[in-house]
Amino acid sequence: MVASAEPPTLLDSLDQPISPHATNPLVDRMFHLVVRGIAGLVLVIFGSIGVFLAYQSIPTFRRYGWTFLTQSQWNPELNKVGISSTLLGTVEVALVALVVAFPIALATALFISEYTPLRIKGLLVALVDLMAAVPSVIYGAWGFFLLMPHASLSSRWISEYFGWIPIFKVDTDPAAATWAQSRFVNSAFIAGLCVSMMVIPIACSVMRGVFAEAPLGEREAAYALGSTKWGVIRTVVLPFGRGGIIGGTMLGLGRALGETIAVLFIISLTFNVNFHILQNGTSTISALIANDFGESTSSQLAALLTAGLVLFIMTLGVNTIAAVFITRSRSGAATEI
Amino acid sequence: MSAIQEIGPESLVSRPQLTTGITGARLDAVNVSAWFGTNRVLSRVSLSMPPGTVTALIGPSGCGKSTFLRILNRMHELVPSAKLAGQVNLSGQDIYAAGQRITETRKRIGMVFQKPNPFPAMSIAENVTAGLKLVGIKVSRSEREELIERSLIRAGLWSEVRNRLRDPGGALSGGQQQRLCIARALAVDPMVLLMDEPCSALDPTSTRRVEDTIHEIKDEVTVVIVTHNMQQAARVSEQCAFFLAQQGTPGVIVEAGTTEKIFNSPNDPRTEDYVNGRFG
Repeated sequence: MVASAEPPTLLDSLDQPISPHATNPLVDRMFHLVVRGIAGLVLVIFGSIGVFLAYQSIPTFRRYGWTFLTQSQWNPELNKVGISSTLLGTVEVALVALVVAFPIALATALFISEYTPLRIKGLLVALVDLMAAVPSVIYGAWGFFLLMPHASLSSRWISEYFGWIPIFKVDTDPAAATWAQSRFVNSAFIAGLCVSMMVIPIACSVMRGVFAEAPLGEREAAYALGSTKWGVIRTVVLPFGRGGIIGGTMLGLGRALGETIAVLFIISLTFNVNFHILQNGTSTISALIANDFGESTSSQLAALLTAGLVLFIMTLGVNTIAAVFITRSRSGAATEI
Repeated sequence: MSAIQEIGPESLVSRPQLTTGITGARLDAVNVSAWFGTNRVLSRVSLSMPPGTVTALIGPSGCGKSTFLRILNRMHELVPSAKLAGQVNLSGQDIYAAGQRITETRKRIGMVFQKPNPFPAMSIAENVTAGLKLVGIKVSRSEREELIERSLIRAGLWSEVRNRLRDPGGALSGGQQQRLCIARALAVDPMVLLMDEPCSALDPTSTRRVEDTIHEIKDEVTVVIVTHNMQQAARVSEQCAFFLAQQGTPGVIVEAGTTEKIFNSPNDPRTEDYVNGRFG
């Protein structure tokens, strides 16, 4: 074939691509710029916290290296600084909080979204949200003065009947004349119970959000087949809300890992690796920082900030995984977290 | 030939297999009125839906056809402000009588919706048997497989999905999804099947398939179908009810009768105008 060598005609100009996008008015572009700037600022602030913590941690890592993560004692006077016991305590408190909060949050969210009549739904939602508005120091005081004396009895009961499971074991003198209540207070278990009060509203509101979005068409399909309300929940609401259930729970976990003052109120800060969650004495990273911050030298302060960095990374990881679960699920696209 | 003639005495003699083959139930609505809050949407609607026939409900939008259909299997009351009066008798038994279980009623009177609504997290096979699970019917493995096949055959979907029963139901095309929903509704063996504009979201080929299915199942299941498509009403139904809600008044049945009569020689001029596309 010979390519035609005709001179360009009007037809060729018709083939020239023209951008179909209208140029935005100035005001639109300005707004776009401002919004983008603010969104960027959030990332910058967030990133700078991480950079700051990492920078402050350099002296600590120089001095202690990996022993910072393996050493259980926090005793700067003896030059023993490490967070292994504290890390364990942090995870224990958070997991107890999660195990307690998950079923309560799930049941509450289902009740509000599926069973509550419309006229009291708003009230219940407001009440649960109000739980999130209570300052954590109030929860701490409540936990210490009201909850702990009673919860220690539960701890005793659990350790008596389930003590054969290592984590529920409490070292007490079996021959003692009276039960050693002091062994059962100030524990990770009780701190976790208290923290669960703060996890419940977060997890509950995410779950309620996704349950409310379960498609009406699928609900009606189930009803029309002769399903009970529970059947609709099982076949439509829960599968649809799975991402929100997981995501909400993990957001709650992030909250639990970072909770400070309520935990500090309840636990007695000790630095032994303690797997017995019912037994007196544990520590968490945030409680450690709050407790030692006021009276630390500059090198101790650097060590505390390093502990803070570890917590920052942990919560960042947990929240990121939560966000992935929520956005990847079917219900996620429309869910705020 | 109309259904009334088929169950007449002559055909009893000449075609016994046809008359005894009709196993659907009779559904009678008696003086049904409906409200949403204080807004009355239906006024004293009475209609008999005999077994072995397909009844089409026609009429312009907002005339209460869908509300009427949803009253027939107690879906109306899912709306919190909904109220109603009158009776709906399934084989002579009022489904709204005290002591009638809603779940049992809905199992006997199945429903297919305008928008296909398979359970997206379930496979095609699980979708078909979802109703059994929901109403607590236990079947053996072989029975279940047989039921899946039979339901999908009845819904005209078997040949297309027989090799991918484990695929998610949400991955099918719109027309296939709607037939899957029909299979799901048929799997619990209902006496009546209500269809609320089942083909309005489907292409002509899928519509044809659904209409074939209606023809095939009508002896076993009494079918009531809401449709905006006059040709469809003429193609699939033996009897027709024309609903109309005049400005500001609740919906009523202007005229009901055999499809042939409604389309060719209606009594009411409004019916004639509607079926000939002069309004609505």
